[in-house]
Amino acid sequence: MVFTPVLSRHWDDADSFTIDGYTRRGGYTALPKALAMEPDAIIQLVKDSGLRGRGGAGFPTGMKWGFIPQGPEGQGAKPHYLVVNADESEPGTCKDTPFMLANPHALLEGVIISSYAIRAGFAVIYVRGEIVHVIRRLQQAVIDAYAAGHLGKDIGGSGYSLDVVVHAGSGAYICGEETALLDSLEGYRGQPRLRPPFPATHGLYASPTVVNNVESIASVPSIVLGGAEWFSSMGTEKSKGYTLYSLSGHVKNPGQFEAPLGITLRQLLDLSGGMREGHTLKFWTPGGSSTPLLTEEHLDVPLDYEGVAAAGSMLGTKALQCFDETTCAVRAILRWTEFYAHESCGKCTPCREGTYWMVQILQRLEAGTGTEEDIATLLDTCDNIFGRSFCALGDGATSPIVSGVQYFRDEFIAHITQKGCPLDPVASTVFSASTAGASA
Amino acid sequence: MSTTNPETTGLTEQTRAEMREIIARYPKPRSALLPMLHLAQSVEGYVSPAGIAMCAEELGLTKAEVGAVATFYTMYRRKPAGEYHVGVCTNTLCAVLGGDAILDGLKEHLGIGHNETTDDGRISLEHIECNAACDYAPVMMVNWEFYDNQTPSSARDLVDACRAGTPPAPTRGPSSLCTFKQASRVLAGFADGRANEGVQAGPATLVGLELAKARGDEAPAMPNQSKDA
Ligand SMILES: Cc1cc2nc3c(=O)[nH]c(=O)nc-3n(C[C@H](O)[C@H](O)[C@H](O)COP(=O)(O)O)c2cc1C
Ligand code: SF4
Ligand code: FES
Repeated sequence: MVFTPVLSRHWDDADSFTIDGYTRRGGYTALPKALAMEPDAIIQLVKDSGLRGRGGAGFPTGMKWGFIPQGPEGQGAKPHYLVVNADESEPGTCKDTPFMLANPHALLEGVIISSYAIRAGFAVIYVRGEIVHVIRRLQQAVIDAYAAGHLGKDIGGSGYSLDVVVHAGSGAYICGEETALLDSLEGYRGQPRLRPPFPATHGLYASPTVVNNVESIASVPSIVLGGAEWFSSMGTEKSKGYTLYSLSGHVKNPGQFEAPLGITLRQLLDLSGGMREGHTLKFWTPGGSSTPLLTEEHLDVPLDYEGVAAAGSMLGTKALQCFDETTCAVRAILRWTEFYAHESCGKCTPCREGTYWMVQILQRLEAGTGTEEDIATLLDTCDNIFGRSFCALGDGATSPIVSGVQYFRDEFIAHITQKGCPLDPVASTVFSASTAGASA
Repeated sequence: MSTTNPETTGLTEQTRAEMREIIARYPKPRSALLPMLHLAQSVEGYVSPAGIAMCAEELGLTKAEVGAVATFYTMYRRKPAGEYHVGVCTNTLCAVLGGDAILDGLKEHLGIGHNETTDDGRISLEHIECNAACDYAPVMMVNWEFYDNQTPSSARDLVDACRAGTPPAPTRGPSSLCTFKQASRVLAGFADGRANEGVQAGPATLVGLELAKARGDEAPAMPNQSKDA
């Protein structure tokens, strides 16, 4: 079994997103089972399953839930909250969005079970605002779940009550960072908070809060139904379960592929049709632009947390952006750096100033007016950002540059010696062959 | 640059009542601020000083406090914009696959640049960051609905149709395109009843599932669970 569709299993049914469609295919059967369990037993189950957060960092989900203070004393006595991170803005990442479009109820069932487990009475799905139809689907799912008695007071006669709000963000990548998200959700500018204290004890409204990615939460109902052993029968030793891999770029068949953790890019390419006709892989990201670039020599790296780390990168969001030999690495890296400079929240100096200067230098290099010294300055700047920034956005900004110079220094030099880009940008477009010149 | 927008009505007492509805959804009032700004934008087409003032009044904040939040987020517009807000993704992957060429073509065709609006008030143009649709690159958004797999010529046709008032339906979205103001109202949390329109998934979304089915691949059966629930 190479592929293991669980989350994506019914996406090809035209009514996969409706409450009727979801229920007819076995949806909302994990819910009564979960509500009949002790909340702590659900936390233990999720711990035993080995589920790790799918939002990028891979933190064990059950362990995170276990950090939530319970009981009548201190922080435990405050209201608890679940916040679903549906901000999906890391360049290349495109899994939560089609998932919520096709099956919002699977997420919602996960929200109810997870909220029950951590004893939250209020949950928020914080969705990036730029995907209106996804927001419609989530809003409708919430309306229908209330009408069906899955939300609101005394759910299914269990005595447990939960309210859920779908909250639209307003365009800021940094709001995907969990503490910036919380500030944004409290009605402030989205800027990261100092940690500790962590959201588990002082999150939304300084109360105990779990922030989890869409895919993490949506995996919970299947764990309740199938059990920890079933879930952990998929994947590798330390990276358990199935997950969504998003293939994009110069590949014949971009799209979503659900497989156990540990599949390789070579397997995915071989089975899905490979790179576009007549072209070869030049570089790729394993998990979005904040994860260091990999090349052809990494095709057999197991795509789990440990395998990708051993190759010098990070699994991240499993956003496999593949670029072929027509792509200018300098141009690609410049564009990502412009993104980080634009999205830097400005709170700390290394990231705010560093990303600005790196854009200036990369622009020179790309235009063919840079020098070899510029490359050294670039790496030096990365050194001063990495590990010295307030949040992980700054670290992420250095990833494409450091790895890019490592693998493609010759190409940086070629821009300098040839006083410009040696490659033709038209050749890397999807319409280069069929409609060349169509942009004229 | 035009400031006329046929739909502009100005904020009313109904807007204020709806802001209170938004506030009531949250454990703490200030959490309502972002959706309230979306609501103000849905009435006026942008976040005006009056919109900021109304949010401030309802939340007991100063206008400066609300303004500081509004300016942090790129989706809030500071001046009236086109009825059709066109975004071209020029983050790396889309840019390389054709987004740069699409944006250049549209700038030339419409005679406007980034963050500008056509004289007839119909179209505003913006280059946007990755919109979580990279498997459909190059991607365009109109009023934050997906227009997948674009080319320079399809992009030109799309904006021409918008200008003529006959935009095609989004690729993965409702069966007809909403105006920018209508979309903003959804973002404020007021459902428009159109969630059931449109496809459940586009073709790229289904590539992996179809491949799994063709290969006969399935997840292991759950214990005590018949395979086809
Ligand atoms: C700049 C930045 C952007 C992020 N964006 C997202 C995002 O869009 N979605 C997400 O789930 N996590 C994002 N994260 C990670 C979150 O901070 C957090 O780790 C995650 O939501 C936890 O969920 P998980 O444990 O289920 O993975 C981002 C982190 C950083 C530093
Ligand atoms: S690293 Fe960048 S995004 Fe993060 S707090 Fe500092 S300035 Fe803001
Ligand atoms: S890069 Fe354009 S949608 Fe992701």
